[in-house]
Amino acid sequence: MTAKYRFNEVPPSPSIDKVGVEERVARFQSRSIKTTAKMQGLKMALSMIDLTTLEGKDTEGKVKQMCFKAAHLHNGHPGLPVVAAVCVYPSMVGLAKSIVGKYGIKVASVSTAFPSGQAPLDVKIADTKYAVENGADEIDMVISRGKFLAGEHAFVFDEIAAIKELCGSARLKVILETGELTTLDNVRRASDIAIYAGADFIKTSTGKIQPAATLQVTYTMLQAIRDYYDETGKMVGMKPAGGISNAKLALHNLVMVKEVLGEEWLTNKWFRFGASSLANDVLMQILKTESGIYQSADYFTLD
Amino acid sequence: MKRVEVLKTYKLYIDGKFPRTESGRFYKVLNKAKEPIANVCLSSRKDVRNAVQSARKAQGSWQERTAFNRGQVLYRIAEMLEGRRAQFVEELMLENSTKKEAQMEVDNSIDRIVYYAGWCDKFNQVASSVNPVSSSHFNFSSYEPMGVIGIMAVQSSGLLGLVSMLMPVIAGGNSCVIIASEDKPLCAVTLAEVLNSSDVPGGVVNILTGHIDELWSPLSSHMDVNGISLDVRNKYVTKVQLASVDNLKRVRAYSNDFSLMQEQGIQFITDFQELKTTWHPIEKIGGASNSY
Repeated sequence: MTAKYRFNEVPPSPSIDKVGVEERVARFQSRSIKTTAKMQGLKMALSMIDLTTLEGKDTEGKVKQMCFKAAHLHNGHPGLPVVAAVCVYPSMVGLAKSIVGKYGIKVASVSTAFPSGQAPLDVKIADTKYAVENGADEIDMVISRGKFLAGEHAFVFDEIAAIKELCGSARLKVILETGELTTLDNVRRASDIAIYAGADFIKTSTGKIQPAATLQVTYTMLQAIRDYYDETGKMVGMKPAGGISNAKLALHNLVMVKEVLGEEWLTNKWFRFGASSLANDVLMQILKTESGIYQSADYFTLD
Repeated sequence: MKRVEVLKTYKLYIDGKFPRTESGRFYKVLNKAKEPIANVCLSSRKDVRNAVQSARKAQGSWQERTAFNRGQVLYRIAEMLEGRRAQFVEELMLENSTKKEAQMEVDNSIDRIVYYAGWCDKFNQVASSVNPVSSSHFNFSSYEPMGVIGIMAVQSSGLLGLVSMLMPVIAGGNSCVIIASEDKPLCAVTLAEVLNSSDVPGGVVNILTGHIDELWSPLSSHMDVNGISLDVRNKYVTKVQLASVDNLKRVRAYSNDFSLMQEQGIQFITDFQELKTTWHPIEKIGGASNSY
């Protein structure tokens, strides 16, 4: 259990050297990962995916299809892991749970008036309660970016703490929506607030706003997790989401996690990818690495 | 003092851009007197991958263009080539053609492009058919492009051979990845500049240069390539056919001498088309016992 802090106990956030971050990130991207290491990385990436569908047009059929895919990534190739979780709207939690529960795949539900977060607290509470009661293992909440940008950081902190209380045994992921926070300094501040308010995971984006999970942003958030760990000895998870659609970028993210946080974070308990189209690209890379033949999307299931 | 000549570096053409090879390698093209005439990119399998990716991306919208519009675009290529005739003649002469041969090859290439431009909105009605069937159905077959086609250009002809293999493929709505002639790549790259300044959408034609020894394999085994067009004198024909089995690529190995004017025709277009047959229920019309 995360220790409880009050807002005034959140330490001041360091300012971020944007140029320094960009240089550091560029170096992660120059890593070349081949053969067995690549294969291990690709399979690890698969097992860390939160397979996601968050659209107004989601139907039960769409969610069923995605849940099936979560458990059967590519039946033509035995020995592949299943994904970590499926991520859906609260109304689909019960359905998703009934399908993927038996495979050990978690069900994550977005909540708190996702994606805008523009609703009063009691609505957000009801939203979260509904998801938890329907069996969500994880809650992906959004912060109130409007309040954050207006400087009401205490409001944001209290809201996260309130939702955390409702979660019970469900793990709480806090979505910062970094594309709306505009600066890396804001991203760092929001990360610190979320972590001290009780987040089990911090997550970059809803996937609805561009830019989403850039390496710069993810690096800044990982650094916040690192500093918290150094301070308190407690681990917090990280979930970049949105815009990670190819295997190479996923591998670069894993490299970054290993080098900033260390190997303990390289499991799906502490690191996730929020993505819908990443799984197929990773699958294609796995088959390419084994056969030496470049693959075609024609031979993989639709996302 | 003798001036140091600046050799042009010929780059690749992928996704409507002119990148260098991701491998950073190049080779020197020599003329008959064994003097270097240009630096040319030595592509790697990753360039093949990138080119196929861009061809796939571009193919859908190229196919969806009206056939008439594709004809206009092809005609525009001929116009632009006409405007750069002198450069092509000069490059062919660098690659050991006489002036007369070079002029002839450029003329024939332009004519051939115009020829296929004309076919764009006509081949389907000429080659399609309405089929007699023994039930009350209107049954017809028409052509649709296969998708991404790999072209390993004729080695002996820098321009006309390339144009003869390329134009029917894109006239039919396919996109393509070309491996240019290894010894005579100059015109291929200059043709890319022509394509880029005419109205051909980026990615529909991608041109790579380099060793065929190294490039035939990733191209012909690639699961996202639907067909391969090559010259029967290519030493890898059998291997290409074998590598194409996995996703049932259609392989066409041409024995034609494309320098001859008669070596053009609708069959080169339908070679990379898929025939789609549709059954449509009909009522008897006008009391006739058999209609259509």
